[in-house]
Amino acid sequence: MNEITEKLLTEISDYKGEFKGAYNIREDSDCVARQSSKHIKITAKKDKPGIEIHISCKEEQETVYIPACITHSGISDTVYNDFIVEDGANVIIVAGCGVHSDGKEEARHNGIHRFIIGKGAKVLYKEKHIGTGNGTGERNIDPVTEVEMDEDSYLEMDTMQISGVSHSHRITKANLAAGAKLIIRERLLTDHEEKVSSDFDVSMNGDDSAVDLVSRSVAKGNSYQEYHSVIRGNCRCSGHSECDGILSGNGVVNAAPELHASNIDASLIHEAAIGKIAGEQIIKLCTLGLTEEEAEQKIIEGFLK
Amino acid sequence: MLELKNIHWKTPEGEEILKGIDLTVPEGKLTVITGPNGGGKTSLAKIIAGLYEVSEGSIIYNGEDITHMSITDRAKKGIAYAFQQPVRFKGLSVRDLLELANEEKLSEDKLCGMLATVGLCAQEYINREVDASLSGGESKRIEIATVLNRKGAELLVFDEPEAGIDLWSFSNLISAFESIKKNSNRSLVIISHQERIMEIADYVAVVTDGKINTFGPKEEILPTILSGNRQCSCPMHSTTKEGL
Repeated sequence: MNEITEKLLTEISDYKGEFKGAYNIREDSDCVARQSSKHIKITAKKDKPGIEIHISCKEEQETVYIPACITHSGISDTVYNDFIVEDGANVIIVAGCGVHSDGKEEARHNGIHRFIIGKGAKVLYKEKHIGTGNGTGERNIDPVTEVEMDEDSYLEMDTMQISGVSHSHRITKANLAAGAKLIIRERLLTDHEEKVSSDFDVSMNGDDSAVDLVSRSVAKGNSYQEYHSVIRGNCRCSGHSECDGILSGNGVVNAAPELHASNIDASLIHEAAIGKIAGEQIIKLCTLGLTEEEAEQKIIEGFLK
Repeated sequence: MLELKNIHWKTPEGEEILKGIDLTVPEGKLTVITGPNGGGKTSLAKIIAGLYEVSEGSIIYNGEDITHMSITDRAKKGIAYAFQQPVRFKGLSVRDLLELANEEKLSEDKLCGMLATVGLCAQEYINREVDASLSGGESKRIEIATVLNRKGAELLVFDEPEAGIDLWSFSNLISAFESIKKNSNRSLVIISHQERIMEIADYVAVVTDGKINTFGPKEEILPTILSGNRQCSCPMHSTTKEGL
């Protein structure tokens, strides 16, 4: 792998010179390193770009790394990765994406991730997206995440997109069977002229399923963000979505949550709050010796932590 | 030493709240500022910390004119301020705030000691966000902890520290104030109606209608206030434990 990839990996997937266990590193549309483990088998797809990750670790929780990097402009990469998590398996999936451009042409990565999560399986999915480089070409990432959760399975999605990505359209869809629990924590930071839209569509189809979706966003500069969540309660279930946005400069956040309850025992809640940083928060940190700029930075860091 | 000279302050709407405050806060002593509600005590505390800018007058701190100095610069000079209504943060934890106050990373042992002073168990609180999930009393105690443990603070200003906290924590707080008096040369300015706080004061100032009505050693001022307490039921004389 090249030097830019190594730097991006450090940012997006806690890379420290090597990955232990199973991993697949994608660089500029090609696989540059791959390793399976006893309980995590990674194989290339034959019909289209991408891999299939078969996860069966039950006794001990393992981590699998699936990062993708674009290191120069003029690359448009779309990859289809399927995660098959066996019944009762327990795994951490680290799947970040970094797009770097020093040129005039667009650099793009679209990761289409599909999860089939078996009965009682437990998954922590960590995803961090960044854009770097001084090129005038756009750095774009359009991720799609589709999830099928079987009975009593658990998925926690910890996703973050920090400044540097020009345009991004994020789509997350999930279907939950009885007893399945989905936790989503999304953090978005946009600056300059960047635009991001994030769409969620979660259907709870089995009794006692639950979703807890929290999206925190900061829109700085002239950036623009759209948040659209649809939570469907089709059974006895509970759903909570929360969208908190901080505006700075001329940033714009447009939040449109939707709740669809089609069962008398569906309990759905939405909360939303958008505004600038409260003046008293800045003042409190100033009384601790921070400048206003340092206070704002600290508040944003904490908000997106 | 803090000197307030002819301090006037008007609200943005033009109402004059402070009408010529002259007060010298003795160094290394505990000074309680008390008085009826609406008299200007909180405004005065905010003037000292730099949250409000004076309309007229000057503030001298350790011989330096800080009248037009920013909140940040006053904090760096050693002035710490505890809000009457603690500020909530989504995303900042108790640990974050205490580390900002200390300007360094803190071990769990140190955090535990700091929180114990205000009656909180560190294990339950250090990683909690300082947000709406905390009760009023909990966030108040965390606010006080950030000031008690502010690095380099030489003048600690508390605005009604007793408000909203339980009796046990209040006793801890009294002990913390007494410990500061006994073991350091830090100056304490406490806005309070509480008799127990006035009892540990060195000096007491009574602010009424935007002016210093009375100022002097506790031994001289407190009997007068307590005498008033027997004759009056106004809020400044609410000194019973139930008043907490």
